Amino acid sequence: MSGAAEESKALVDLGRSVVERANEAGADVAEAGVHSGSHLSVKVRMGEPELVEEAGSRALGLRVMVGQRVASTYTSDLSEAGQRTLIEDALQLARLSEPDEFAGPPDRSELSSQSQWEDLDTFDEGVSRISADEALDRAMRGERAAFDFDPRIANSEGASFTRARGMSALVTSGGFAGSDYGTYASIVVNPVADDEGGKKRSGYHWSASRHYEDLESSAAVGEEAAVRTIAQLGAKKLPTQELPVIFDKDAARSILGLFAGCVLGGAIWRKSSYLVDRGNTRVASDLVDIVDDPLLPRAPGSRAFDGEGLLSRRNIVVEGGVLKTYLTDTYSARKLGVQSTGSASRSPSGGISPSASNLVLKAGSQSRDELVADTKHGLYVTSMMGFGFNAVTGDFSRGASGFLIKDGELSHPVSEVTISLNLDQLLQRIDAVANDLDHRTAIASPTFRVSSMTLAGS
Amino acid sequence: MTGRYHAPFAEHGSHTVDSNIADRLLRIALEKGGDYADLFFEYSVSGSYVYDEQILKSARRAVSMGLGVRVMKGDATGYAYCEDFSFEAMKQAAETAAQIAAGAQTVAPHAVSMRDAPNRYPISVESLDVDGEAKKAILERADRAARAADPRVIQVDASFAESVREILIANSLGHMARDRQPLIRFGIRVIAEDGANRQSGSSGGGGRMGLEYFDDKTPEWHAEQAVQQALTMLDAREAPAGEMDVVLGPGDSGILLHEAVGHGLEADFNRKKTSNYSDRIGEEVASALCTVVDDASLQGSRGSINVDDEGQLPTRSVLIEGGVLKGYMQDRQSADFFGTASDGHGRRQSFRSHPMPRMTNTMLLGGQEAPEDVIRSVTRGVYAKKFGGGQVDISNGDFVFSLTEGYLIEDGRITAPLKGVNLIGNGPDAMRNVVMLGHDFEASDGIWTCGKEGQSVPVGVGCPTIKIASMTVGGTQVAGG
Repeated sequence: MSGAAEESKALVDLGRSVVERANEAGADVAEAGVHSGSHLSVKVRMGEPELVEEAGSRALGLRVMVGQRVASTYTSDLSEAGQRTLIEDALQLARLSEPDEFAGPPDRSELSSQSQWEDLDTFDEGVSRISADEALDRAMRGERAAFDFDPRIANSEGASFTRARGMSALVTSGGFAGSDYGTYASIVVNPVADDEGGKKRSGYHWSASRHYEDLESSAAVGEEAAVRTIAQLGAKKLPTQELPVIFDKDAARSILGLFAGCVLGGAIWRKSSYLVDRGNTRVASDLVDIVDDPLLPRAPGSRAFDGEGLLSRRNIVVEGGVLKTYLTDTYSARKLGVQSTGSASRSPSGGISPSASNLVLKAGSQSRDELVADTKHGLYVTSMMGFGFNAVTGDFSRGASGFLIKDGELSHPVSEVTISLNLDQLLQRIDAVANDLDHRTAIASPTFRVSSMTLAGS
Repeated sequence: MTGRYHAPFAEHGSHTVDSNIADRLLRIALEKGGDYADLFFEYSVSGSYVYDEQILKSARRAVSMGLGVRVMKGDATGYAYCEDFSFEAMKQAAETAAQIAAGAQTVAPHAVSMRDAPNRYPISVESLDVDGEAKKAILERADRAARAADPRVIQVDASFAESVREILIANSLGHMARDRQPLIRFGIRVIAEDGANRQSGSSGGGGRMGLEYFDDKTPEWHAEQAVQQALTMLDAREAPAGEMDVVLGPGDSGILLHEAVGHGLEADFNRKKTSNYSDRIGEEVASALCTVVDDASLQGSRGSINVDDEGQLPTRSVLIEGGVLKGYMQDRQSADFFGTASDGHGRRQSFRSHPMPRMTNTMLLGGQEAPEDVIRSVTRGVYAKKFGGGQVDISNGDFVFSLTEGYLIEDGRITAPLKGVNLIGNGPDAMRNVVMLGHDFEASDGIWTCGKEGQSVPVGVGCPTIKIASMTVGGTQVAGG
């Protein structure tokens, strides 16, 4: 850890020097984000190494205000000349932009400091030590497990293993200085099987974690990938109809992701969300509780402080189906006349906007199998395709694949159909939530069922 | 050379890379026994301006630069990059990439020499060299026009983005090539409100050109398009669900070709036999009306390039001719496998990524029919005018597209606008079901960005009016219900 601590101090020092120089050059507000990271990424295919990639990178982002005028700049050129261009450009651009009365950093009293930050356990030195040989071996074993599992796995898009570490520091002229670091390891296996009519079916499974010990074994990932690939063989269209739809947790997470985009303060003041003016009203069935929790240990979206330096907090977004809060940064909170929920996210290039951290739909009590058994006729969706969502109206229509549910059991696989329903109604029609939640992803949901949707097929 | 932004590795730069430095680095890259190596130097500068709530709310600029070194041993690739051009840093990247091979040098690099490349970006002044006030004025004009167009418009935001990407490639076969790729894009989004009903509309475009783009497509024109779309959608009704005839409008609908056919014809998927087009060259894969090309040479188009990211010189590749599959889009590695030459489709997002076969401007060529005859031939179907985006499963060709503007066709006439339409189908099936092609081919100036394995590259699309017999339309209204 001392290596990481030393490195993060160097990033804070660099940020501080850039902020000081920007202030001297005429910036009334200056905020510097400094990022550094390194990764090793390998890919194997058909038992042979295909790619070994290894590199490190650093970058500097600067956001300035001159009066109420805002501009931001970014560079991967950390040389003296690069830093000078970064600062000069930022000030020149700020003079071009126009005063925005809502712009400005949070009040100093809102800023957090080191003693308040929770240790979220997002860093594992062991991840950084994984060698290229070990990574290749993990990927090979994953791919081999898929081939060994079923002879119908005839081909492969390969298997990948990646380890990464990232570090960032934020220093602002408003008095905030902090740094954050984390590690990540992941494995993906992507087998291919031949189906009827010359079609191929490609499936995948993956595991990712902050700590190496939490990563699923290569064999488990490979076998699950094979199961998912084989399960699609013989997929058929269904006739157009209305029917209950169960979203497995991957598909459910994707639905929750659409909701996440609509609950952000920026979408609300712009009136580009169907959730405008819906505070304290019903937006989902009473089975639905949604929390944005940046403080989950070892979770992908965890952060001790937000992109403006505010202390991270757990925000209850939906309780018993009722919308309790939008997620805001300082700017959107001012626009909406509320307090920031500490949900600011700062992009490396300097822009700030609200974002979800770990947005979680609370688990129910039924098992996934009970939920299927409880469905006489329906569609079980495992993956969706396309971008058919209009955030302004909530209209939703996407391609789906999965299985037909017949008499409470998964029957034949289904593909080439779309499912449609306005998101507002979709969430209100959730009539069962399963207990299979996990925190592999920042946006996480258990399996749930929607009582009725339109399926378009043959 | 004029202007503020120039690559440090270019002539007169702070770290000029000449053939001598390239040779030395390539030698290091092959030291462990690799059989091919290339160097990809990149310097890119981008800027953006956001006009929102009637002020220029933010202005941004970003500089990114580095060197990517690739070493190949058989089918295995070693890749490393660095972000500064000191010889020490570059040497270290070359040594890291070299590790993919284990042994002693067996191949010596050929001495590199510079290739001549064409110029497909007819620009007098690069946008980044134009004063910011000019771009602010363009955004103001768009905003003003949108607000004046209709009192129901309640929200307008317009943005302008510009970039220039300078690349220098050298490889162990002795090729060296450079390119400087400018790109601009403009976009406007409006929200219109009528009572409790709210809808958005958008319009945008750009290409590898300067601000003269707006001489032809004015900011006011784009504003008008966006407002019309939002107002039209205010009256939109629920879309039908089920199989029916679909007519695709010219230009933007080319995105369907890109997804349904293009990806499956990228050579890497066919080398690995994971595409549904594998081993099918010479076979009929589309209706005889269809000729599909990927053309990097269109003047000023977003997908055009002079040099690919492996230093090859792309031209126009015929993929499907009269319905028969003619060839795949090759990068160097796949071309080696197929025993052919790369046709310049090796592209990458940046120096941080290795190249792979990618599209440039993918187009279905025009046919014989008058577009109004195509529409007249449909009794009940959907007319697709503007596309949001699409996705394809390359292994079997299944695709989904979302329309941002679509209409019902009833008895040969375009009638009601439709909400939230999706088109779902299978690439090869849809191509076999192409039954009419208009003579109105159009190259889209839309802002298409293609994603593959986490890498994004700008692309172009184009097509005439197309009639596809029987496609699944994903709406909410069950027929007869």
